[in-house]
Amino acid sequence: MLIDVLSLLPESWVRHLPVLVVLGPMLLSPICAAMPKWRIAWALALFGIITSSVFAFALLQDVMAHGRISYALGGWAPPLGIEFAADMLNAPVLVLVSVIGVLATIFAMPTIVQDINEEKRSLFLSAYLLCFAGLMGVAITGDAFNLFVFLEISSISTYVLVAIGGSRDRRAFTAAYNYLIMGSLGATFYVIGIGFLYAATGTLNMADMASRIPEVADSKTIHAGFAFIVAGLALKAAMFPLHQWLPNAYTYSPSFVTVFLSATATKVAFYALVRLLFSVFSPELEFQQVVFTWVLAPMAAVAAIACSFQAVFQTNIKRMLAYSSVAQVGYMLMGLSLASAAGLSASMFHMINHALMKGALFMAVAGVVMSLGSSQLKDFAGVARKAPWTATALGISALSLVGVPLTAGFLSKVALFQAALMQDWWWAVVVLAISSVLAVLYVGRMLETVFFKTPGPAQLQVKEAPLMLLIPLWVLALGSIYFGLDASFITSLTDGAANVAFSGGQP
Amino acid sequence: MGDALMSLLSHTNPGFIVILAGMLAYVIRGEIPRAVVTIGGPLLGLAALVLHSALSEPLATLNMMDMTFVLYQVERVSIVFGLAFLIAATVNSIFALHNKDPLQDSMALIYAGAAIAATFAGDLITVFVFWELTAVSSVFLILKSGTPEAYKASMRYLGIQILSGVLLLMGATFIMGEFGTLEFDAFISEGEGLSLQDDPGAIFLFVALGIKAAFPLLHNWLQDSYSKATHTGAVVLSAFTTKLAVYALWRFFPGEDSLIWIGAIMTVFPVFFAVIENDLRKVLAYSLNNQVGFMVCAIGIGTPLALNGAAAHAFAHIIYKGLLFMSMGAVMYRVGTTKATELGGLYRTMPFTAIFCIIGAASISAFPLFSGFVAKSLTMSAVGYEHMTIIWMMLLFASAGVLEHSGIKIPFFAFFAHDSGKRPKEAPFNMLLAMGIASFFCIWIGFPFLGGTEFLYGLLPYRDEAMVYLEQSLWTTDHVLTQMQLLVFAALAFIVLNRVKLYPPEKRGVVLDFDWVYRRPLYHALVWTGAVWNKAGPAMTGAALRLSRRVYNHIEATFSPQGELSRGPLSAGMAIWTSIVLAIVMVLALIVGPH
Repeated sequence: MLIDVLSLLPESWVRHLPVLVVLGPMLLSPICAAMPKWRIAWALALFGIITSSVFAFALLQDVMAHGRISYALGGWAPPLGIEFAADMLNAPVLVLVSVIGVLATIFAMPTIVQDINEEKRSLFLSAYLLCFAGLMGVAITGDAFNLFVFLEISSISTYVLVAIGGSRDRRAFTAAYNYLIMGSLGATFYVIGIGFLYAATGTLNMADMASRIPEVADSKTIHAGFAFIVAGLALKAAMFPLHQWLPNAYTYSPSFVTVFLSATATKVAFYALVRLLFSVFSPELEFQQVVFTWVLAPMAAVAAIACSFQAVFQTNIKRMLAYSSVAQVGYMLMGLSLASAAGLSASMFHMINHALMKGALFMAVAGVVMSLGSSQLKDFAGVARKAPWTATALGISALSLVGVPLTAGFLSKVALFQAALMQDWWWAVVVLAISSVLAVLYVGRMLETVFFKTPGPAQLQVKEAPLMLLIPLWVLALGSIYFGLDASFITSLTDGAANVAFSGGQP
Repeated sequence: MGDALMSLLSHTNPGFIVILAGMLAYVIRGEIPRAVVTIGGPLLGLAALVLHSALSEPLATLNMMDMTFVLYQVERVSIVFGLAFLIAATVNSIFALHNKDPLQDSMALIYAGAAIAATFAGDLITVFVFWELTAVSSVFLILKSGTPEAYKASMRYLGIQILSGVLLLMGATFIMGEFGTLEFDAFISEGEGLSLQDDPGAIFLFVALGIKAAFPLLHNWLQDSYSKATHTGAVVLSAFTTKLAVYALWRFFPGEDSLIWIGAIMTVFPVFFAVIENDLRKVLAYSLNNQVGFMVCAIGIGTPLALNGAAAHAFAHIIYKGLLFMSMGAVMYRVGTTKATELGGLYRTMPFTAIFCIIGAASISAFPLFSGFVAKSLTMSAVGYEHMTIIWMMLLFASAGVLEHSGIKIPFFAFFAHDSGKRPKEAPFNMLLAMGIASFFCIWIGFPFLGGTEFLYGLLPYRDEAMVYLEQSLWTTDHVLTQMQLLVFAALAFIVLNRVKLYPPEKRGVVLDFDWVYRRPLYHALVWTGAVWNKAGPAMTGAALRLSRRVYNHIEATFSPQGELSRGPLSAGMAIWTSIVLAIVMVLALIVGPH
């Protein structure tokens, strides 16, 4: 890593790092809400999230140097008290979420001026901080019930964020409502599952649960709890066919929300799924293997193909990208259901890459929509002539989405292929290859429209996106290229993550 | 300074230089500076190739993700292909000077550079990257024709080329699994390749290369796209894609038995299509197929002589095929069409183009004293030495066929035959210059005592065998006479056939030779087959289209925004789905869980 953040921080802070990554944004959220000037609220939000990301980096370095860190919240020792625990599995997720958070916040500056009425902007930023804190909390917590709490904190604020889009497009209300119903369904299932586990093991601490589950693995209570948890978290992570909340929520919410959610929310939910499946339950449990092979893997395959098809036929660019996201979740789930260290590492790798490219794609689309006013694909004809920088970044990220060599997407797809071949999952390779061909179709359609079609009068009015938007956009696009050339940093993280998952997470 | 530059050149893959020149060509707006870049780029590449510092060891590597990519490694065989590619790139740049089209210039060079870079790559991933780059850059050469047919053809072309790349990548994944590395040195050596039986990934590679080399039944993209490319584009396209595949086959599958038959069939079947085809550029595309067949067959035989033959043939072929496409490009440029029925008598006003075309035609027909003869003889002799009678017959027939459709038909219908009344201007000077350079190579290599034959044979991978062949077999009376006999009879056949069009078919039975006796019915049978195919083809395509339209409608009905998957009250549907997933997981867990 470039800078040794850890050594720059005072010793007393280092001890409290696990809680600090969540604390800043959470405390700043109500202050933001009270700010009369939204620009000050924005500055506060940016500050809060930057500190959070610095702490996340420091925490990652600490974990890399010293292994798992356990933090007893309020001094109450786990397993009775709530534990925050950082290890190689969640530290990279924290870094990912907070870095995307910083970029998205910078991106928010020009876009919320357009998308959100002035009197609501401070409140909007407050909800955003809460959502961010919730996501970080899901990633850091070591307590299964606390994970539910943070999941709900982030989800409820997300419903608000999506619904704010209603002032521009009223369909955002129904999208938010549907999202609310379904999200609550998922959360409820999860908490029911936790209830079962509590009944069987008598603890809520994940590490503690993990050590007790093998003794009671044959009890029906555990199986029922397992089923509820898988269904609940799969819904949050947008596993096919539980993804149907996602396309509308992404399409109609303000562009900023789409960018932030696409790059973080499903990723965190995916992490939660990994955490529960690998660190609480274990891939060695027989019923889990069966569910991997007969439920998750087929669903992942169907997602990768069916949702790519759906993406091919979309007329709205945001919706197309949303369906592509569900297809990509299929890729990640495929890697996960291999139940091997290589598979898990590959799917975490793909998850990080996907956050980079989808974030950039939605940003670029937002940059064009700002001056175009439409997100219909046909209205994007030839906008590259008027907004070359935006369009080029869009192109780079789109190629990464397809998996063109020299982009990050290529390396993670290859890693997934290799992991699948290691277990002779031929069909999985074929499925992912078909899905990639479909990706060529929808991405090709988009690039052809943006770069080669003749612009009409409306398109000639398009302006280059503002600098505040181009900066985060290009950081992400160049990230896709950089990690396409040298992904050793990410792979070292994801390999570490897979290691943790397969040693059961406990030292 | 000079030394530093020299050492840089000696370690730089010539392809990179050409690609760089291609990128520059797009940016530079002045015509003269651009001409300097487009011609100078390949020439600098030539210099880099001449200066290469070592054989068969990595000259430039890149380490990434725990893998070593060998960006530049020179083998004897890659020199033959790379040199031909570089000459072709230079000549093509000269040929395209009048175009003043930065996009085409740039894409042609990037395409050429990618092919060259792939020839000098030392690992599969590097090859894959440039493999795909050739596909992506070359598509512009078709696209720039600007017609709707060209657009559709270019998209079909791109699709199939990308498919080839994807298969290559899949093959690479297997090879990675089998050998733990993708560096060529680890799994192939000169004359030793992969085995279709023993290496699981080889079949993917084989199909990937087969697509690019236009194996029978995988060949349609070639005729489809080349004949629709721009007049300069077709010249560029003819040189690289298929020969890159031949190069790769040479490296990966020398001595693979199935290639003998594939190659032999490849030489034979295009003959019939070419004979009845009216569009002369399409005729050339078919004959390209036929020529590649000779190389593929030689690679399949796999003896040093045959492998020499494949490489030499590719070298000569790149130049004379380019020459033929250039002459047709010149006609296209001046007249606007290459349909045989609309041409004729052009020699009056385009004498130089006609002469160059005849030189190309003589070369491709393997007339002694022209380059095709010294190259193709190696292959024919190799087949003869292995006593493969049927294969030898097929190749012999194909050789006669080449003369029919490329050697005589092309120049005859374009420049002589009935006078079309068209009086186009002679081709522009840059075109003539380009054709002149190519003609020079055709003659230099083929004509004895000029040193060209020795030069080519000296380059070949198995140099000693080549030299022995040159001294003992090539110019023997026996050999030259056999070839002349074949050519004369084939020419006679053309003349007679052309004449008898005026007479009732019964009178065609002019017996020329025993050879001719057995070939004539076969010839007719196959012309007939060709005609039937032409009728049946559209019917089958139509049926396939109808079927695929139905499938497409189903897909659209399911997946489109108005389709099944997007319908229904969301929350209720989702709740049901969630319950279903829950139920499935729970039932599975409950069944499997307790022991």
